[in-house]
Amino acid sequence: MSELLKVTHLQKKFGDNVVLKDINLTVKKGEVVVIIGPSGCGKSTFLRCLNGLEEIQDGVIVVDGLPVEAGKREITKLRQKIGMVFQSYELFPHKTVLENIILAPLKVQKRSKEEAIKEALELLDKVGLVEKKDYYPRQLSGGQKQRVAIVRALLMHPDILLFDEVTAALDPEMVHEVLETMLALAKAGSTMLIVTHEMSFARAIADRVIFLDKGDIVEEANDVKGFFTEPKTERAKRFLKTFAYE
Amino acid sequence: MDIDILKEYIPLYKEALILTLKIGWQGIFLSLILGLIGAAILHFKVPVLKTITGIYIEIFRNTPLLVQLFFIYFALPKVGIQITAETCGVLGLGLLGGAYMIETFRSGLESIPTIQTESALSLGMTNGQTFYHVILPQAVSVSVPGLLANVIFLLKETSVFSTISLMDLMFTAKDLIGMYAKTIECLFLLVVFYLIMLLPVSLLGAIIERRARYGQFGD
Repeated sequence: MSELLKVTHLQKKFGDNVVLKDINLTVKKGEVVVIIGPSGCGKSTFLRCLNGLEEIQDGVIVVDGLPVEAGKREITKLRQKIGMVFQSYELFPHKTVLENIILAPLKVQKRSKEEAIKEALELLDKVGLVEKKDYYPRQLSGGQKQRVAIVRALLMHPDILLFDEVTAALDPEMVHEVLETMLALAKAGSTMLIVTHEMSFARAIADRVIFLDKGDIVEEANDVKGFFTEPKTERAKRFLKTFAYE
Repeated sequence: MDIDILKEYIPLYKEALILTLKIGWQGIFLSLILGLIGAAILHFKVPVLKTITGIYIEIFRNTPLLVQLFFIYFALPKVGIQITAETCGVLGLGLLGGAYMIETFRSGLESIPTIQTESALSLGMTNGQTFYHVILPQAVSVSVPGLLANVIFLLKETSVFSTISLMDLMFTAKDLIGMYAKTIECLFLLVVFYLIMLLPVSLLGAIIERRARYGQFGD
């Protein structure tokens, strides 16, 4: 399998505050990597660095052989390879579901309207929302909005998908429908980088788990089940304990 | 009040109304364009132009339209720039309005969360595409009440045009009073004609507001 994403010695600072110390990570095509860790550990910032929404102070990010550099003109081309889904959905409120989804394919990739709509409807159908195509975002539930946001990212045919706590703002019942969608994507072979607080979901979907704390990778486990039952580091043990109720 | 006099004066007021509207809407059109350009400059923090825009806003918001008109109409010819009274009116109104429109558009732009921009950028859109397709439409719909208030304000400001001999509503009223001293009739018609000019704007504005906010509130 080929390397799709390679991060070496990434450092991110906000002023003097070091948020990410020295991150090294390689993601292969088709791999699903889940990043977990306590709040403020830098998980979201890490994802934002990957598609150039944050400038990095040191290190190199390479996606599909091309360097990610915030503020450079090439970044818009590179971002088409990197789909991102946000915690707060961020659909465009003045556009209908369908308009939201086809906007970037039409304007950025200059695809034909018929073709974009056709594929958009197919994808909407897969997530069970095709009858909502002419609705405005405010008329949808949180879970529905998030599935539309996922479809919107998918229609760009990205090589890798970034999920930034996409279920954190949802009711428990809606969490399920979104996670089902993501599981289906993983099964279909998508390359995904997922930041989440849903531990059982992480366990089910991940090929690899990264445990991040205070801007550092504390533990990286290829044996996902092993990590969740018996983490190697003391810090990860304490973190996982906070999710168990007795 | 003498009905016959009213009847006699109405055509004169009608003509004045048409002139006022003509200059008023041209000025407002200019102010909207200036407003959009200026707000975009401030939004993207374009170096140098940003400072110029800031100075422009402060100058035109902090001097009366009357003074601006005098300056354009009487001072510019001294340096060799000749313009007609009508152009002067359009220019004065447009420049004054532009300063207000910039601030109104800007507050609309600022009300849209940064993450909307990031969401559009992460889809591979350029800064320009993001601004045009995602941020501006939302900002305009937020700005509609403010823009409307500006439009009404500017249409009322046209009343100072009489000072540069434009035959607008105010000029006509003052002129007729000066000649025939039918003060009550003239002032009554003046109020009526200002209402005829401005009430539809208010009503139209309410409709536009509802349409523009379709995405947020309507069904």
